[in-house]
Amino acid sequence: MTITRRLTLTTLAALGVLSFAPAAWAQEKTDFKVAWSIYVGWMPWGYASDTGIVDKWADKYGISIEVTQFNDYVESINQYTAGGYDAVTLTNMDGLSIPAAGGVDTTAVIVGDFSDGNDAVFIKGEGSLADITGRDVNLVEFSVSHYLLARALDSVGLSERDVSVINTADPDMVGAFQTPDVTAMVTWNPMVSEIVALPDATKVFDSAQIPGEIIDLMVASTDVLADNPKFGQALAGIWYETMALMTLDTPEGAAARGAMGAASGTDQAGFEAQMAATKLFADPAEAVAFTSSADLGATMDLVRAFLFDKGLLTPGATSEDAIGIELPDGTVLGDTANVKFRFDNTFMQMAADGSL
Amino acid sequence: MRLINQHLSPPAATALKFAPFALLILAYLLGSASRLAENPNDKLLPAFSSIAAAVDLMAFTPDRRTGDYLLWTDTWSSLKRLGAGLGISTALALVIGIGIGILPFFRALLVPFVSFVSMVPPLALLPILFISLGLGETSKIALIVIGVAPIMIRDLAQTVLALPREQIVKAETLSASSWLIAIRIVLPQAMPRLLSSLRLQLGPAFLFLIAAEAISADSGLGYRIFLVRRYLSMDVIFPYVAWITFLAASADFAIDRLHRKLFPWSELEGGR
Repeated sequence: MTITRRLTLTTLAALGVLSFAPAAWAQEKTDFKVAWSIYVGWMPWGYASDTGIVDKWADKYGISIEVTQFNDYVESINQYTAGGYDAVTLTNMDGLSIPAAGGVDTTAVIVGDFSDGNDAVFIKGEGSLADITGRDVNLVEFSVSHYLLARALDSVGLSERDVSVINTADPDMVGAFQTPDVTAMVTWNPMVSEIVALPDATKVFDSAQIPGEIIDLMVASTDVLADNPKFGQALAGIWYETMALMTLDTPEGAAARGAMGAASGTDQAGFEAQMAATKLFADPAEAVAFTSSADLGATMDLVRAFLFDKGLLTPGATSEDAIGIELPDGTVLGDTANVKFRFDNTFMQMAADGSL
Repeated sequence: MRLINQHLSPPAATALKFAPFALLILAYLLGSASRLAENPNDKLLPAFSSIAAAVDLMAFTPDRRTGDYLLWTDTWSSLKRLGAGLGISTALALVIGIGIGILPFFRALLVPFVSFVSMVPPLALLPILFISLGLGETSKIALIVIGVAPIMIRDLAQTVLALPREQIVKAETLSASSWLIAIRIVLPQAMPRLLSSLRLQLGPAFLFLIAAEAISADSGLGYRIFLVRRYLSMDVIFPYVAWITFLAASADFAIDRLHRKLFPWSELEGGR
């Protein structure tokens, strides 16, 4: 009896530790896992995986890369933060508030695009942004929509105290907008293009008015990259080959856009409309220039101030400097002893130089 | 000796009662310690100290923006929804259940319909509810009612139908009207079952409440869990789950006590 119990105890304890044991990150390895979710700027990953571009580059560097699509964006980030994946697609803001705030040192390998109208603030009926005062605003709280709202309100001298925010799940946005008690909303594409088409919707602000602030990235664990630069090279190779293909003005390019459109629940025309609201860095040199510019530091400064204000920058943070953000030129915003989020030009530069 | 005849000494029984809880906590502590050793900012299995800090922040520190104590405003919002949903369901079950049980007209009219409705998966109706009833309180309460009322109605109707026919006949020979039979014979025997049925529906009601709050809300226990899930705040999620469990267990206990106090005789019938 006692022996059985001791045995059970040991087994259970062992199981508990095993199931939650952190992934062994810091070492050279050959198998990598990448998570992505449906969004116009990330559809190339799914396409690259389906058409063998991923395998082609993985083979070139003698590694294997498993690309997994998540239907739930936040879940994909949480899986990465928990150690289940080596790389994930996310925005600059979520990269700072989820993995970096969770202590996972994260590096932006590819700066893919920024939202140039893909995120928008709507009100019901005629009016301008100032008319949002006093309304309930439906949005996904603490997402880039929340950030966009804060920036929008700021632009007309209002603050979040002037509205009430109601957390609403993103798949329900379009339906919710058509119910009588919803009078204002912030959301992203593909919902934006559907809401614009509704008769009483007025777009009063969008991300084109704050260009370059909502950035879509492919990030990877800094430790994995340091030990396995091949992984970063392969990611950059996959990305820019797919970019070149999908921006071609040829039947092949159109077919790629059509396939990505179909995979995201629309068609080629719908996908091209979303691409128009996205500043895609198809040319790696352009991405390098964007990442190296002083504007990125200014953007990250706004983002971290927003996150700190919302209490999302680690629970015990006493100032927005709690987490260090390293920019490509080596300067660090915030705590130099706790750098958890880095922008690194290396792999994009290699792509620009054609040395992959 | 056969295992089924094994008798435990009281201390052994007590030790066994606590063993699964102790094991769970131990496994958590080990897992948490090993993850925190790797990454001191790990959010997946926070140390008990950070959970305590989160509880302090949610329950005993006013929110920076609104000045509210978040845990209590969340609890109050959720309990209001839950109370309204379960209250309406219980009232519906009482009226329709007894109606179906004693009136052939009602039975013919409603039995197929209620059986049909009780088979509709309520969560699949959620998008329709949100569009037709809006994102406010109505749709959340409606989800709870749609989820639990049909089952409670069927359960109560079954209980009424199972009452001995002799009792009804006897009352009729004493010239009781249909109304009097419903009030004096059926209702007293249906009430204990209604309470038991309510008790069993607490779990599903919480499930529907949290599902509704996850979609759209500005306060509530489910709302908070799905909100902080966004940045993996397990230090908030664990206490909230424990708190919901505690609330559900307390409600369960309270209804059981009420049941014993109001209908002590029903315990003699094997808790029918």
